[in-house]
Amino acid sequence: MTTQTLAIEMKKIVKQFGEFRANDGIDLAVKAGTIHALLGENGAGKSTLMNILSGLLEQTSGEILINGEEVSISNPTIANKLGIGMVHQHFMLIKDFTVTENIVLGNEPKKAGIIDRSKAEKEIIELSQKYGLDVNPNAKVADISIGMQQRVEILKTLYRGANILIFDEPTAVLTPQEIDELIKIMKSLTAEGKSIILITHKLDEIKAVAQDCTVIRRGKSIGTVDVASVTEQELADMMVGRAVSFKTEKKPGSPKELVLSIENLVVKEKRGLEAVKGLSLEVHAGEVVGIAGIDGNGQSELIQAITGLSKVEEGSVKLKGKEISGFRPRAITEKNIGHVPEDRHKLGLILEMSVAENIALQTYYKEPLSSKGLLNYKNINEYARNLIQEYDVRTVNELIPVKALSGGNQQKAIIAREVDRNPDLLIVAQPTRGLDVGAIEYIHKRLIEQRDKGKAVLLISFELDEILNVSDRIAVMHDGQISGVVLPEETTPQELGLLMAGKTMETIEKNRQESC
Amino acid sequence: MSMKEKTKNIVLPLVSVFLGLLLGGIVMVAFKYDPIQGYLALIKGSLGNTFYIGETLRHATPLILVALGFSVARSAGFFNIGVAGQVIFGWLFSIIVALQFAGLPKLFLVPLSLVAGIAAGAIWAGIAGVLRAYFGTSEVIVTIMLNYSALYLSNYAIRQILTEGDDATPKIAKNASLRWQTLTEATNYSTIHMGLVIAILMCVVIMILMQKTTIGFELRAVGLNPFASEYAGMSAKKNIILAMVISGGLAGLGGAMEGLGNFQNIFIMSSVPSTGFDGMAVALLAGGQPLGILFSGLLFGALKVGSVSMPMASGVPTEVVDIVIASIIFFVGAGYLLRYIMERLEKHKAVSATIVLSETARKEGE
Repeated sequence: MTTQTLAIEMKKIVKQFGEFRANDGIDLAVKAGTIHALLGENGAGKSTLMNILSGLLEQTSGEILINGEEVSISNPTIANKLGIGMVHQHFMLIKDFTVTENIVLGNEPKKAGIIDRSKAEKEIIELSQKYGLDVNPNAKVADISIGMQQRVEILKTLYRGANILIFDEPTAVLTPQEIDELIKIMKSLTAEGKSIILITHKLDEIKAVAQDCTVIRRGKSIGTVDVASVTEQELADMMVGRAVSFKTEKKPGSPKELVLSIENLVVKEKRGLEAVKGLSLEVHAGEVVGIAGIDGNGQSELIQAITGLSKVEEGSVKLKGKEISGFRPRAITEKNIGHVPEDRHKLGLILEMSVAENIALQTYYKEPLSSKGLLNYKNINEYARNLIQEYDVRTVNELIPVKALSGGNQQKAIIAREVDRNPDLLIVAQPTRGLDVGAIEYIHKRLIEQRDKGKAVLLISFELDEILNVSDRIAVMHDGQISGVVLPEETTPQELGLLMAGKTMETIEKNRQESC
Repeated sequence: MSMKEKTKNIVLPLVSVFLGLLLGGIVMVAFKYDPIQGYLALIKGSLGNTFYIGETLRHATPLILVALGFSVARSAGFFNIGVAGQVIFGWLFSIIVALQFAGLPKLFLVPLSLVAGIAAGAIWAGIAGVLRAYFGTSEVIVTIMLNYSALYLSNYAIRQILTEGDDATPKIAKNASLRWQTLTEATNYSTIHMGLVIAILMCVVIMILMQKTTIGFELRAVGLNPFASEYAGMSAKKNIILAMVISGGLAGLGGAMEGLGNFQNIFIMSSVPSTGFDGMAVALLAGGQPLGILFSGLLFGALKVGSVSMPMASGVPTEVVDIVIASIIFFVGAGYLLRYIMERLEKHKAVSATIVLSETARKEGE
C-alpha cells in the first residue's frame, strides 16, 4: 500500500482571507484509484480546500502535485485540463435541455459546425454503460429524478475526461435507494482507476465507501486515518474535537394530555392533486412524535395545513380540543404553536435582514419589541443578543445579515426564535438537514428538552436515524396517509423502510411473528 | 447594512453622475462645442442666482415625492411604473377640490386639496395593488395601462366637465396656492412654493415609516422574501395593497405640487408628464434611500432647470443638452452594472474578507 501512487498531493495549503485563515497548512494525499473522504464540521475549510483544487480560488501558499507533478491551478480551465472534475451538491444543469445537451455543453462534438447529436449520444451511452450510470439521453433534465440528475452531473465530468472526481455532499438530496446506487457507482468508478474525493458529514457513508479519511477542523488537517481501522465514534470525535454522543440521552417519555389531534385531514398540493388523503394523527404533551417517510409523500403539505400556510380541504385540526383549521398563520402561531420549517432559506429566514430582525420575525409586533406600531430596535437587538448567547448561535454580532451565518447557526437562530416563545406544540421539519454532528447533537437535545418540559413535539424527517433517535412514537407516512405507528424501541430500520414503501401494519405484524 | 454597503451606496451614485457628465462632455467635444462653457452655463442656469435656485428647488419638489413613492413600492418588491399616471390624478383632483371649495380659508383649503391629490393617486395605484393581490396580475402592465387611462380621463375631465371645451382649467384662487409671497419675492419671482417643505418632511416620514415602524418592517420583509413573511404571519395581500397605496399617495402628492404650486391649474396634456419617469430615475440614483432621494432629486432639478439656459448661454443646442442629461440617466440606470463591476474588483483583490468568508461558510453550511 505504501508504494501506491498519489493522484493528488496537497502540501501545507494556506488560504488567507484578510485576517482569517480558512485553510491553515492542510495536507491531503489521495491515492490513485481510491475513495478519499474529507470530513469536517460546517465552516472547517473543506469547501475552500476543494475550491483551491478546482481552480476557483488560489492558495496563499503551499503546493499541489497531480500525479507527482507540481502544478499551479489558477483557474477552472486548468483544473479541467488536469482531469479534475467536481460533482456539485446543487446541480449545475439547464433544466430545459436534454441529458445529452447538458453533458456535452461546452464540448459539443461538431460536424460541419453543427452539433453531431448521434455521436454525442453514442459517446454518452458508452460512458454510462462503462460505469453503470443509468440515464436516458433524450429526456429533459426537468423531467428526470434527482438521482438521475446527479448521474448526469457525474457523466458531465467524465465526458470532459476527469480522472479525479470531487463529490460535494452527494447524498444530501438522495433517497436511501439512490444512495445505495450512488455507492455502487462510486465503487465502479474507482475500479476503472478514477480517484474520488468525497466531502461529507455522514459517517456511515464514509465507512461504507472510503478507504482513507482526512479530518479537517478549524482550517487545520487533524490527520488522515485508514477508515477500516476506526469506528464512526472515533471519526466524529476527531471531527468535533471532543467526545460526541450519537444517541441523544433521554428518559422514557411520559405522554400527558392531548395537544394536537388531526382527523381525516385532506390537503391539496399546488397542482391541485390531493397530497394528504384523510390522515389522522394525535400528539400528546410530553412526547415527541416522529413522522418518517420518503420525501414527497405529503409531509410538507401536512405541516403547511397545520400551520395555516395551506388550505384544509376536509377534516379537522384541533389544538387542545379547539379547532384551528382555516385560521390564518398568525392566528395559529398565537395559539402557541412553534414551527421550524423544512426550508430554512425559503420559509424560515429573510436572508438579507439582520440576525436580530430574523429572531424577532414572529414577535416584532408585540411589546416590548415594538409599541404602538413603532419598532424598538434597542429591545429587539437586546432580545436577539440574549437568544444568541442562550442558544449558542455563532455570529459576529446580531446586526449582520443572517445570510452570513453558517447553515448550522442559521438553524440555531430559527430554533431559538421558535422555542423561546415556549410553544405548547413545536413542529420541526428536517431540523438537521445539511448540519454537522455537533449541531445535530445540540438540536436533538433541545427537542428532548422541550418534551421534558411537557411540550408536544412533532418531528418530520427523512433521516431514519434522527427519527429513531429522538421520537417516542413513530408514525410512518406514505402516499398522504399514516401507513403505521410503531415504537422506536420495538422497530427496526427495515420495518420502517417497508412502511415507508407503503406496506401495512398487518404485513409488519406477520413478519414479526414469523421472525419470532 | 454594513459600513461597506453604506459607502458603496454613496460612492456609486457619485460615480454614475461623474461618468454621465464625462460622456456628456465627450459628446459636446464631438460636436465641436466647448464642454467647459456648456457645463458652466448649466451651473449658472441652475444655481447662478436666487431665481434659478428657486426654479431648481421647485423642479425638485415633485421629483422627490414621486421618487419616494416609487421606492416604497420597490422595497416591497413591486415595480410601480405607473407613478406618472398617479401624478396626473393627484394633480387633477387637487385642482378640482381647490376650484370647488375656493371659498374656504387657506388653512383648510390647502390641506384639503393636498389630501385630495394623495387620495386620488393612492386609489389609482391601489387598483393595481388589488388586482395583483387577488388575481396575481402583473402590476407593471396594469400600471402602464393605468397611465394612459389617467391621461385621457384627465384630458376629458378638463375639456368636458371642468370647462366648456377649454384646454386648461382656470387658475386656482390664492388661498389654495402653495406659493408664499415672501419666498416668491426672495427668489426674484421664481415658481418656488412651500411644497419643498412638504417634500423634505415626507423624506423624513418615509424614512421613519420604512425603518422604524412595524408597517415598514412588514413591507420590507414581504419585498425580500414573501414566503418567509407569510410564514411569519404577515398578510401578503394586505402588504401588496398597502405598498401600492402608499406609493400612489406619494406620487399623487407630487402631482398636487404641480397643480397647487407650479402651474396653479391643470391643462390638456399630449403625454404623461416626465415627472413620473424622472422621479423613477431619481429613486434609482438614490438606491431607494429617502435621504439620498432628497439629494438626487435636487440634482435632477438642477440638471433640468440648468439645461434650459445651456443653448442660450453657451450655444450648445437643446438636442445635445438632452444627450448630456440622457447619458447621466443612462449611467444611473447602469448603476447595477457598476455595482457588479465594483463587487468583482473587490473579489479579485480579496480585500473584502468578510464577504468571501461568509460566503464560504455558507457554502460549507449547505
